[in-house]
Amino acid sequence: MNNENVLAVQNLTKKFGNFTAVNAITFEVKRGEIFGFLGANGAGKTTAMKMLNGLSKPTSGSGTVAGLDVIRQSEKIKERIGYMSQKFSLYEDLTVKENIRFYGGVYGLSRKRIKEKIEQILAELQLIEVASKLVKSLPLGWKQRLAFAISMVHDPIIVFMDEPTGGVDPAVRRQFWEAIYEAAKRGSTIFVTTHYMDEAEYCDRVSIMVDGKIEALDTPDNLKKQFNATSMDEVFLKLVRKIN
Amino acid sequence: MLKVFWAFIKKEVYHIIRDKRTLLILFGMPLAQILIFGYAVTNEFKDAEIDILDHARNETSTELIQHLQSSGNFAINEILTSEKNMESGMKAGNSKLVIVIPRDFSNDFYAENSVKLQLIADGSDPNNATTLVQYINEMVRSFKSEKNVSISNPFQIGIETRMIYNPQLISSYNFVPGTIALILLIICAMLTSLTIAKEKELGTMEILLVSPLPPLLIILGKVTPYALLSFINALIVLIIGYFVFDVPIVGSVGLLLLMCFLYVVTALSLGTLISTVSETQQSAMMKSLMGLMLPSMILSGFIFPLASMPMVLQYIGKIVPATYFIEILKAIMLRGAGLNVILFQVGILILMTVVLLVLALKNFKIRLE
Repeated sequence: MNNENVLAVQNLTKKFGNFTAVNAITFEVKRGEIFGFLGANGAGKTTAMKMLNGLSKPTSGSGTVAGLDVIRQSEKIKERIGYMSQKFSLYEDLTVKENIRFYGGVYGLSRKRIKEKIEQILAELQLIEVASKLVKSLPLGWKQRLAFAISMVHDPIIVFMDEPTGGVDPAVRRQFWEAIYEAAKRGSTIFVTTHYMDEAEYCDRVSIMVDGKIEALDTPDNLKKQFNATSMDEVFLKLVRKIN
Repeated sequence: MLKVFWAFIKKEVYHIIRDKRTLLILFGMPLAQILIFGYAVTNEFKDAEIDILDHARNETSTELIQHLQSSGNFAINEILTSEKNMESGMKAGNSKLVIVIPRDFSNDFYAENSVKLQLIADGSDPNNATTLVQYINEMVRSFKSEKNVSISNPFQIGIETRMIYNPQLISSYNFVPGTIALILLIICAMLTSLTIAKEKELGTMEILLVSPLPPLLIILGKVTPYALLSFINALIVLIIGYFVFDVPIVGSVGLLLLMCFLYVVTALSLGTLISTVSETQQSAMMKSLMGLMLPSMILSGFIFPLASMPMVLQYIGKIVPATYFIEILKAIMLRGAGLNVILFQVGILILMTVVLLVLALKNFKIRLE
């Protein structure tokens, strides 16, 4: 891991009328890092992520994502990032191959590049036998890993994941985190939101958002020391209690 | 951009051919509708049962009765002998109408006095009763001209009606344009709103919005296949109308197709607008059915004439795109009208399309926030 910032924001704020959904958040994510973005439902995680994805314009503040300005170059940012939502977002009535081909096309990959990507993804995920099967027929864990691979089909600088393990059983979650580690090892930067506190332990660094503000940001080990806790779950509880 | 667009179309085609429900709506519905409207819903009738009370009982009255039967529209249920029995046939539902021929029918007829036939119709079915009476009038008139008797009484005003453009009042002349309007609307608007809502439900819309694709391209990619398919459907209905139901196309075929295309765009923008306010397929479906199909069927003048409705409904009918499209279709197909005649309707359709498109795009962008 080097010290190059892939993402850096200063005082990023989003207001809806009188309500401040995201209140002056400042942080950075380094290349190759797995960055955990934690917070309870309604803490402002999704709104913050939308600003980073170029879907929503910040009310104030500044920052760069993948080397581009979040305010002036939000459209360009979309080309350089990957995105995976908690719904896996594959087309169930398309085959594995067709899904890869379609998303490759959406990101403007050349025909040759798409072909290479199909071979690479099928081989890595051991999906060659089911390449021409409809995604509908795959087990959930496979779908999830395929969705992850597809979110990186255009080799993005950073991948955003919005609760990618929501509603999935522990064995599958475990498998999925292995895939995330693999990707990070190869140099991808991962920005992941989750509300499973045990998953936070897998991240290089985590930030915890409460009521629109980032209240804590460090490595899981340092946070546990700082809050004198044995698990991230405890860190989270102590932090929320301290604030309320 | 073109390559991305193509990738989108290909994906959409896969969706369509792998989804039985969509296929059924696409190709089953037009066929079902045109057959239902063509054969079941019709104002024409055959072999309507009537009773006759013949007081005259002479050659002329028998000839008249034969003449009525010869048309194929009427079948004699019973020749009554007394006025007491007049109601029984109608009460039992066996007969729809009673004709009473007066005693001095023959004399009056040839003496060229005014002839008084009495018709008693079953008013519990008003539409049918009116049509039956009209038919009988028509038959009596033709009977007169056959016998070379004309009403020469100068003090009587004889009204002679002639229906032009559709002299035989064939109902297919009305339902073929109406069916085209309905089918185009349902396929374009309902299926596009369904397909966009489906992507929202699955979460794939989220991914597309985070991708570098411009929103306009996403919408275009989704609606283009449906536009083409519904256009093909319009052609199928036109062809069935022309060859099976003998509906003429008097005016320019090119203009007709151009108008179909304009209406397809109107319907697509409507569908897109519906999809921007529906989160699920079910809600998109309900909105399309209630908001589009019913008004287009009932308030467009397709089945019931607009002019005889309460003012409120007439105003609603005026904002239904199908109203104008049906007028355009009838003008071109039956009256052979050119663009100069239908300018007003075309203008309104274009205006509606622009307004709908602007609303849809604006709504779509707001959703991005």
